[in-house]
Amino acid sequence: MSAAETTVRPRRSLLTNPTLRSIVYQVLLCVAVGLLVYAAISNAADNLARARIATGFGFWNTTAGFDISQTLIEYSSRGSTYGRAFWVGLLNTLLVGGLGIIFATVLGFVIGIARLSSNWLVAKVAAGYVELIRNLPLLLQLLFWYNAVLKTLPDTRDSYVVAGSVFLNNRGLVLPRAVLQAGSGALALTLLAGMVAAVVYRIWAKRRQALTGKPAPVLKVIAALVILPPLIFVALHGFPAVFEFPERGRFNITGGVEVLPEFAALLFGLVIYTAAFIAEAVRAGIQSVPSGQVEAAHALGLRPNLALRFIVMPQAMRVIIPPLTSQYLNLVKNSSLAVAIGYPDLVQVFTGTVLNQTGQAVEVVALTMAVYLVISLTASLVMNIYNRLIAPVGERA
Amino acid sequence: MKRIASILALAVVLAVALAAQSASAQTLKTVKDRGMLNCGSNGTLAGFGLPDAQGKWAGLDVDFCRAVAAAIFNDPAKVKFVALTAKDRFTALQSGEVDLLARNTTWTSSRDTSLGLNFTGVNYYDGQGFMVRKALKVNSALELAGASVCVQQGTTTELNLADYFNAHKMQLKTVTFATADEAIKAYDAGRCDAYTTDASGLYAERLRLANAGDSIILPDIISKEPLGPAVRHGDDQWFDIVKWVHFAMINAEELNITSKTISDALKSDNPEIKRLVGADGNFGEQLGLTKDWVVRIVKHVGNYGEAFERNVGQGSSLKISRGLNALWNKGGIQYAPPVR
Repeated sequence: MSAAETTVRPRRSLLTNPTLRSIVYQVLLCVAVGLLVYAAISNAADNLARARIATGFGFWNTTAGFDISQTLIEYSSRGSTYGRAFWVGLLNTLLVGGLGIIFATVLGFVIGIARLSSNWLVAKVAAGYVELIRNLPLLLQLLFWYNAVLKTLPDTRDSYVVAGSVFLNNRGLVLPRAVLQAGSGALALTLLAGMVAAVVYRIWAKRRQALTGKPAPVLKVIAALVILPPLIFVALHGFPAVFEFPERGRFNITGGVEVLPEFAALLFGLVIYTAAFIAEAVRAGIQSVPSGQVEAAHALGLRPNLALRFIVMPQAMRVIIPPLTSQYLNLVKNSSLAVAIGYPDLVQVFTGTVLNQTGQAVEVVALTMAVYLVISLTASLVMNIYNRLIAPVGERA
Repeated sequence: MKRIASILALAVVLAVALAAQSASAQTLKTVKDRGMLNCGSNGTLAGFGLPDAQGKWAGLDVDFCRAVAAAIFNDPAKVKFVALTAKDRFTALQSGEVDLLARNTTWTSSRDTSLGLNFTGVNYYDGQGFMVRKALKVNSALELAGASVCVQQGTTTELNLADYFNAHKMQLKTVTFATADEAIKAYDAGRCDAYTTDASGLYAERLRLANAGDSIILPDIISKEPLGPAVRHGDDQWFDIVKWVHFAMINAEELNITSKTISDALKSDNPEIKRLVGADGNFGEQLGLTKDWVVRIVKHVGNYGEAFERNVGQGSSLKISRGLNALWNKGGIQYAPPVR
């Protein structure tokens, strides 16, 4: 806009000033939203007080008094508090969510790549898997897997037994438990040191190849770095743990580590279901890479699997990551369906039994929602950082 | 446009705040205006609350709701039953979704106080028991050390179970399910050695097993479970009405007034009966109901004994004996203050 034009612009009233108007509208909207939130909160508090329903988090340190079937941290119905029960539930949710994400990613990538295979049978089987799993409700699938686990496995008395110490029946899988002895910390340190060395070596090898074009043996060296030091340690000092073997009790197998059928069914169901969606994201990502890229790779003499690994996937990942993040978040949130098959996740323990025994629905539900929000936002943040890292150099924000 | 939108938003805020303020105590008036009693009931427990194949609800708690509706409307059909799980039942009552909760609910101090509820009486004295498979050859709950027990969530059962095993220094593996349905299915599939709930519930659930004959109910009763209807805090009139519907049914049984003899009772000279059926005094009006409130209840639903026998007693498939639920003068502890 030139200076001449500004001088002839007619004077505007303050009422029609676009900047002022937009500020006023935004302030009004903020006030309205604030009032709505305030009204909702004060109204809830009012009604709770009028009905004399207890409020606040006073229950947090009260003895819970109920049992939980799977506890990753020390918990007993006799002395543990509702607060402790919350952490037990949260860890159970994170366990199934974390393992679910790992397995679903592996399975999803395999299926997604298989769907584009030139082998007719492989491609059709993968397509059938995706269409079947994706179109059935998850709750139904979980109930199916749970019943499949319970109905196909034998009774405790007829357990499948492997080597006299591993039991499999419809109450779960029972494995020997390693009871750590003195020296186990040193063994863990040895293993850790080997892993760090392996990572350092991998970075060095990659950089050298980028600079000089000389490839270094990666797999063999890494395997040696990770496996050999602990082996040498054990050979010198002996194994620093003793095993507690499970035994048959009157009703159940006692002792050892137990994998509950509820956990297995939930993990299995979530992995199978989410993998179908991840497979679609992977297929979309791969198909978004221009076919010229693959042809160019082949022209350079790269074999198909190398072309996939070095040319196609790095470019496809940029398309895959955002929907993949959504699927991770879905998996974690879907794990709350555990309540239907008796797995003690956060929702089952906290908004189930704790809510019912304390009756403080507002506090319990609000806290649970906050937890899921934190988990989801954290996962989202990590994935966004990763997405930025793999973006082409010129496009990094 | 934008300004209209923000004014609208403000109006909505105010409306929400005001509407929520006015939702208060007048339950009887609300029910009468609606022309229907909303009753929270169990939807899956034979004998207490269960719709049959035609969708007609039946059960001891269901009949209690019908009795309240009969007292108010002279029509036992003016009840809308809302099937609630153990987990959701208190929230439904607190939030006003139901006017009355009659869902085999144990009366405990914390529920009576911090949940904002008032229990109106005990319409079934129960206790927690265990069901096990015969093949395990267990004769007492004390032999269950190390057993896996299936249990329903959101009940006093979870707590009693842990207490009992702790008290007897026995190991226990609990498997908790959201509903009785899922818990009993898991027991049936062999996931647990035992299933635990109130003894009345055990008899009802056993009928649903694939092979009911393969399971037995252990004689041990490990807790007191006084089951009764509950209403919200803060409406004394409604609390009185629900409380006295129960007492009226017990008094009617005590005075031998049944749905068949109610017309004779109206001609009775017995002063107690005259007061109960409203021939004398205005006790129904004091409650905010009509003079003939007890006549309406007994004519349409029957007295307590009739409701008991029809739903859980000899007239039902459960065949539970009266036991603690017999009248106080017949060896039980069901007792009602007099109408006068």
